[in-house]
Amino acid sequence: MILLLELFWIFFKIGLFTFGGGYAMIPLFRSELVPRGFITEEGLIDFIAVSESTPGPFAVNIATFVGTENAGILGALFATVGVVLPSFLILLLIARFSARILESRWFRAAFVGLKPAIAGLVLAVAVTLALERVFPSLDLNALRFDFGTFDAKALVIVTIVFVTSRKFRKLSPIVLLCFAAALGMVLYGLL
Amino acid sequence: MAKAKTVGELFLTFMKIGAFTFGGGYAMIPIMQREVVDVKHWVTEDDIVKLLVISESTPGVIAVNSATFIGYKIAGFFGSLATTVGVVLPSFVVISVISSFLEEFKALTWVGYAFLGLRAAVAVLIFNAVFKLTKKTKKDAFSLVVLALAFLLAVFTDLNVIYLIFLSAAAGIARAMLSARRAAKGGTAT
Repeated sequence: MILLLELFWIFFKIGLFTFGGGYAMIPLFRSELVPRGFITEEGLIDFIAVSESTPGPFAVNIATFVGTENAGILGALFATVGVVLPSFLILLLIARFSARILESRWFRAAFVGLKPAIAGLVLAVAVTLALERVFPSLDLNALRFDFGTFDAKALVIVTIVFVTSRKFRKLSPIVLLCFAAALGMVLYGLL
Repeated sequence: MAKAKTVGELFLTFMKIGAFTFGGGYAMIPIMQREVVDVKHWVTEDDIVKLLVISESTPGVIAVNSATFIGYKIAGFFGSLATTVGVVLPSFVVISVISSFLEEFKALTWVGYAFLGLRAAVAVLIFNAVFKLTKKTKKDAFSLVVLALAFLLAVFTDLNVIYLIFLSAAAGIARAMLSARRAAKGGTAT
């Protein structure tokens, strides 16, 4: 029961403090879930790939996944209700009363700070992930700058996928992921 | 009776929206628009515009924000409950099923290789999201400093992201207060 309530509370917090949705939520998921051992860093990345290829909102997908993995179907239920509830309650209030608070000067001023900060946080996740794929013994968070191991194949895949994604901007993430999966099989399996 | 029918219809419509959108969030809004404005005529184009503005400036899951707002506009509290449960349900079911065999699936040698490739691609997808996030941000010195600070603190410390979010909101408010005061002073001087 304590585990269920903990799942509910963590996902409620995530639902309450994410602005922007989608990838903007990833820094918060990472910082709330990985240190508590609810999911590994690798598990989280893998699940982002899974979530891109399954329907529905990312936040709900990952709440259901982490809930199931840690506490079965009830865990999934508590985590999902937790992540959905803040949105539901806030929008209910806004729809019932008014959106005037959103137009207030101070509210807008807060967003002037929030927006670039979220971009910085998301950038931090992307850079950390890419670097730690290419240099597996690196741990930036713990200030361990160990460039001893180097995964050239990961560097090749990151570079090819990045160039492809910038060159063909209209490419859907699913196509890009399929391409990367094929690259992974060829480079790690065949070479 | 008519209302119960609407609530049921809302539930089914939003379940369809939840089941057929990949990528979630903003990807869902055009599909929602087609269903509730063009097909069902439940709300107007104006409501969708309002919804976009609200989604930008409220926390939480965008798909749920949208579902709750539209559901309430059409049929009150029970409408919003129906749309929210509807939009969430397909994800919940699909992922519950996948979860049970995802780990075994990943343990297969070739699937493992595929995931090594996928991880690299996810880093790229997240990186590209930054471009989208900065598109609507003002490009001035303040934004740049906040972005850089958030980036450095997140990479090199394990400071809780929630604190960083609070701090950045406070920085935005502090900046507005400072410029308001400066404007007031400037006003008395001239």
